[in-house]
Amino acid sequence: MYDGGKILFGILIFLAFVTFPFYNDIGKANVKPEPKIDTPEIQKLPQKKCVEPKAFMKAEHMKLLNEWRDSAVRDGNRVYVASDGKRYIISLQNTCMRCHSNKKEFCDKCHNYAEVNPYCWDCHIAPKEAKIAPKEAKNEY
Amino acid sequence: MAKVPKPEELSKIDYKPSKKRWMDTPVEFKEGMFCHGTRAKYLETVGFPNPREWSSKDEDWKLPENWKEIVLEAIKERLGKYRSFRLFMDICVRCGACADKCQFFLGTGDPRNMPVLRAELMRSVYRRYFTAPGKIMGRLAGGRELTYDVLKEWWYYFYQCSECRRCSVFCPYGIDQAEITMIGREILNLLGLNTDWIAGPVANCYAKGNHLGLEPHTIKSNIEFMLDDIETITGIRIEPTFNRKGAEILFVTPSGDLFGDPGTYTCMGYLMLFHELGLDYTWSTYASEGGNFGFFTSMEMAKRLNAKIYAEAKRLGVKWILGGECGHMWRVINQYMDTWNGPADFLEVPVSPITGSRFDNARATRMVHVAEFTADLIKQGKLKLDPTRNDHLKVTFHDSCNTARGMGIFEEPRYIIKNVCNHFYEMPEDTIREKTFCCGSGAGLNAGENMELRMRGGFPRANAVNYVHQRYGVNMLANICAIDRAALPTLMDYWVPGVKVTGVHELVANALVMKGEKERTQDLRLEPLPGKEGAENV
Amino acid sequence: MGALFSFVAVILLILLAYVGVEVAGMQPIFGIVIPYAAVLTFIAGVIYRVIKWGRSPIPFHIPTTCGQQKSLPWIKQNKLENPSSSTGVIGRMALEVFLFRSLFRLSKSELRDGRLAYGSDKWLWLAGMAFHWSFLIVLLRHIRFFATPVPSYLNLLESLDGFLQVGVPRLFMTGIILLLAVTYLLLRRFYIPQVRYISLTSDYIPLFLIMAVASTGILMRYFFKVDIVGVKELTMGLVSFNPTIPKGIGVIFYIHIFLISILFAYFPFSKLVHMGGVFLSPTRNLANNSRMVRHINPWNYPVKFHSYEEYEEEFRKKMKDAGIPVEKE
Repeated sequence: MYDGGKILFGILIFLAFVTFPFYNDIGKANVKPEPKIDTPEIQKLPQKKCVEPKAFMKAEHMKLLNEWRDSAVRDGNRVYVASDGKRYIISLQNTCMRCHSNKKEFCDKCHNYAEVNPYCWDCHIAPKEAKIAPKEAKNEY
Repeated sequence: MAKVPKPEELSKIDYKPSKKRWMDTPVEFKEGMFCHGTRAKYLETVGFPNPREWSSKDEDWKLPENWKEIVLEAIKERLGKYRSFRLFMDICVRCGACADKCQFFLGTGDPRNMPVLRAELMRSVYRRYFTAPGKIMGRLAGGRELTYDVLKEWWYYFYQCSECRRCSVFCPYGIDQAEITMIGREILNLLGLNTDWIAGPVANCYAKGNHLGLEPHTIKSNIEFMLDDIETITGIRIEPTFNRKGAEILFVTPSGDLFGDPGTYTCMGYLMLFHELGLDYTWSTYASEGGNFGFFTSMEMAKRLNAKIYAEAKRLGVKWILGGECGHMWRVINQYMDTWNGPADFLEVPVSPITGSRFDNARATRMVHVAEFTADLIKQGKLKLDPTRNDHLKVTFHDSCNTARGMGIFEEPRYIIKNVCNHFYEMPEDTIREKTFCCGSGAGLNAGENMELRMRGGFPRANAVNYVHQRYGVNMLANICAIDRAALPTLMDYWVPGVKVTGVHELVANALVMKGEKERTQDLRLEPLPGKEGAENV
Repeated sequence: MGALFSFVAVILLILLAYVGVEVAGMQPIFGIVIPYAAVLTFIAGVIYRVIKWGRSPIPFHIPTTCGQQKSLPWIKQNKLENPSSSTGVIGRMALEVFLFRSLFRLSKSELRDGRLAYGSDKWLWLAGMAFHWSFLIVLLRHIRFFATPVPSYLNLLESLDGFLQVGVPRLFMTGIILLLAVTYLLLRRFYIPQVRYISLTSDYIPLFLIMAVASTGILMRYFFKVDIVGVKELTMGLVSFNPTIPKGIGVIFYIHIFLISILFAYFPFSKLVHMGGVFLSPTRNLANNSRMVRHINPWNYPVKFHSYEEYEEEFRKKMKDAGIPVEKE
């Protein structure tokens, strides 16, 4: 007794699992997300820079936002002193989103691409323009 | 016979392996732990290779020049023939789940008796010669050269395994050391490396029909002795038939039941039961062995011995076959017989002539276990039983390894015992049913010269018996295996004196109220029945 | 010795990737060539192994029966531990593969004053379950690097895995469980004398390798963050056969992917093939129905046995004298 059919069936299942990423992406364009920073607010800035340098923001913005939240909500401290000594008001909506008012074109670009689901919008009200974004509706937690 | 240390000494076991790695620890042949090498004449009878006079204690085992080639070629052949073997060589992760599941490890503390390591003895050679990493990196990949010492190590340890399959119950991949031991022994047999205790019965069985070498007239006269005893006990003279053509049923039981206590009592039990039923059955002197020591030698040898059962059934023109109480016999019948020597299309699907029950579970093999047969009789109310005749017995039941893990016959014997005895106690859960321990003497280990091994291997079983002995006063160890009946009395005398051993059908016959019997004052052992001593007929 | 060797080997692998990327700038080798080669080796190797097993037949029907057989209709069969039908076998295999049924039986024996006692011992089962299941979930979570858009069930998986909502990025429990379980599996090889005795180098290699893979993954997610968008660009490039090396991905990513590649490539040549092997184990995947159905051994061959005629020839006189019927008078 060999059970050849069953073994081949098993191999096919194995192949179906391990090659999923390959056939799943066949014919799909691999477009790198380009978050947009061309909002009117940013255009108005004399020097286009965020509260901290770009590299830092790219890697650590989630951590910074978390610290901001703790600082504002738990300690009542609403002032952030940046590494260059400048002071900012700690507020997602009034500081961050004032410049980056284009959540759909900015935040969601990368988050959707890398399948990251931040829970910012569980409490905060997302900018109006984002409400229609289908992806946003899923971010329930 | 080697002197066996006292139980108090034997039960001091150190399970901690040495610091030195096992591949660097040479094997020491310990007196009392191994058997004599086989005599040439036994191998000649069955046409096995390399018959010669040799001793397992000698330095030189008189192997053929090209022994290494033979072994490697044999491994290669078997890798291609047995998926079990190839798979079990590859997939062990050495998690150690099996380590303390083997009665031989529990009884000896010898790390090579951990099933995983017993398998590694073979696996290390497999890796070295049959896998790419092993060929290239050798020891770093767990490989090991096949040397004369390795061969001796195989012989020593593959004959310290009773092929009981307990390890395979716990292994997450079901790796069965019995399978590896069987193949290991098969390979050793290609070099004439067997034990006298196995090769002797094999040769006997081949030439004379049974392991004990009983010739036809001796079988008959042995049974006649039993008939005399039965007449003394019951006043009934039974007249069984031998090699009778046209009988409905052929009855095959291990020859151990024909010779030596307490197997003979079990045999008397069959005789009395079948007589009482008026069963149309016959014994055979040609197929007079249910057991199969060939199974401890090689698959081919096992098949050659097993072939006689169907051949005889065909010659006698019976409708189906009934098999007696035996362990490895039933593993062979359940898992191998039909594949080897079937199809049994000359037989009919077994139907009990007494109850009309059809044994659908045996519809291809057409061989029924006597415990299935009797349980059905009791369930259908066909037997008049007086269990008080067994009231002096406090009984526990030992599941034999092969019927437990190669068949799964658990409830039938228990049902019978509970109907013929009033006092039945189970041993602890970790020691019965699929987790049962071996008697320590299975798979051809029940010789005399390896008595220490047998007492050690049987230690976990004895230990569990001792538990119910002390707790409930158990004094009778029931089983459905001829090797158990041969081996357990010695084991009990050594570890748990006061506990006797019985087959289930001895208990049945003790309780069986037969038509026209005189009032019984003795049990099947001709010992007075308690409470009935005064009632003797004069 | 096996442990030390394996540990050093894994450290060397890490250094190799570090030097290769940081010093030699061989990102394409570590990010493209080796991963492709590893996946190819993995797939081909596993199939090769399974086919090789499959080419050896199952001559005999040898399930290990762990419960009551099917016999008389009034005796309750244990259909999962001693199945007689395909459904039963599927149930038995499912218990084995998903819940590690056999390991769950594990007990520990102890010798006290010359008596053996048995106690339940579920640690290996627990660690095994924790290890394999968390590994599987971690693996599935990584699909987010290999699919756009990411399948929706992954959201569910991630939200379950990160439901504690600890830290940013959210802590995934499985990563920690995986690391703890693999550490336990390693420690038991050190501290349980019998297990230590049987352990080979090839038992330590996968443990250290998986430990390193998990550690680098955790470090990368929570501590030495890398440009995640760049990483996904790279991984998507791999699966869409348009490989690219985006600039500025931290070296820890290359170490991580290199170690995984080694693990994948090593897989088919090691004991790790037990993943496929468990499905083929004849003591588990066969029904105990060999008295009901005849099974064929493809290499069955006729054997010489002692025939009745030969037997009677030898014993005819004795048989006649004893009154046993014979064929030829």
